[in-house]
Amino acid sequence: MSTDLIPLAFVMFVATYPSRALGLLAPAFDRLPKVAIAYLQLVGPAVLAALAAVAVMVRTPDGGPPVFSSGIEWVAVLACLGIVVWRKNLLLGLIVAVAIVVVARATEFAALPPG
Amino acid sequence: MREDVPALTDAPDARAPATPTASTEESRRRLIVEALGIAASAIGFGFVYGLSAREAGFSPLEAMAMSTIVFAGAAQFAAIGYVAAGLAWPAIALLTFLLNARHLLYSAALGPWMTDVPRPRRALMAHVLTDEAFALAIGHFRRIGRTDEGGYWIGAIASTFIPWNLATLAGVYAGGSIADPSLLGIDIIFPAAMIGLAAGLVTGRRELVAAFAGAAIAVSWALLVSPALAIEPSTGVIVGGVVGPLVGILIPASLAAERAPLGTTASAERFSMPGTRLDDDAEGLP
Repeated sequence: MSTDLIPLAFVMFVATYPSRALGLLAPAFDRLPKVAIAYLQLVGPAVLAALAAVAVMVRTPDGGPPVFSSGIEWVAVLACLGIVVWRKNLLLGLIVAVAIVVVARATEFAALPPG
Repeated sequence: MREDVPALTDAPDARAPATPTASTEESRRRLIVEALGIAASAIGFGFVYGLSAREAGFSPLEAMAMSTIVFAGAAQFAAIGYVAAGLAWPAIALLTFLLNARHLLYSAALGPWMTDVPRPRRALMAHVLTDEAFALAIGHFRRIGRTDEGGYWIGAIASTFIPWNLATLAGVYAGGSIADPSLLGIDIIFPAAMIGLAAGLVTGRRELVAAFAGAAIAVSWALLVSPALAIEPSTGVIVGGVVGPLVGILIPASLAAERAPLGTTASAERFSMPGTRLDDDAEGLP
């Protein structure tokens, strides 16, 4: 069983723990510049949207140059997005996204992902 | 203490102990009801995380290490994408730091309540400080007007840490028993979860612009710049994740229409697993 990523877990812990601990362990720590708070507020949406976009829009066929990709995955991801906005329920959105992909692939409306 | 910069939250008085509105027993009962809802959500998302991690090639040990050592849902989901895309570890560390830096605001908001708790226990509390734990704890403390360490552990350990880890284990083993995950659409869970989590964090125009800019910059970089520089397309995620917020910040505060400032309960609920809503009359209070 691979353990190669366990050190990465510790690296991510080191990147996370200080943010969690500083305010609890250093009571003098109390204030941040407003611009830093504004920036941090925006990091989550930007990083997560970037991950989603690259995952569904960029493909690297056979180690060649990256190419723009489109397919049923877009429909599934957009359906999930719509449900989260409408119903505020990510689990329901994930179920619908998976169902769309399963049906499309089972009926050969969409191809299986390469690899 | 610096006075020339704004406080971590927009309502600094809310960090001070409040007038009690419930007895400890009453508030704990409410805390437990809320914690049960969060535990159910943690089970669902922990299972999905385990499935996705397995699909991305994580071994059960590696997936469990992430859930116990990192214990940060969105960052763990994101790490699946980073690893699958072959991102270098320093870049993963940077993105993880940025994604989890919001915890700084939670710990600062909780800090004044915890001064009587021994430091070693505070150090342990910090590891399990999540969006969910913060939202549960701060609401509970404000209701009773004092610190209740047991209440904190209920919110942090019983409702989140244990369910999340057990569900990760179940998900990763279930994922390992699936012969062809793409036939079951497991590969779509990751991007769908990412866009759903991102949508849940959009609480104003700045977030919306940052999300669109982050996505557009990441894809443009991956398709146009990375081949020219002969670097991995996945570097687009770093560029989009770092530059996207800079674009969002250009929206003037007067037009931002922010509904959930970072460091508040409303913000913590946004970052917690979508579908989980605390029925808290202190909505909007840190």
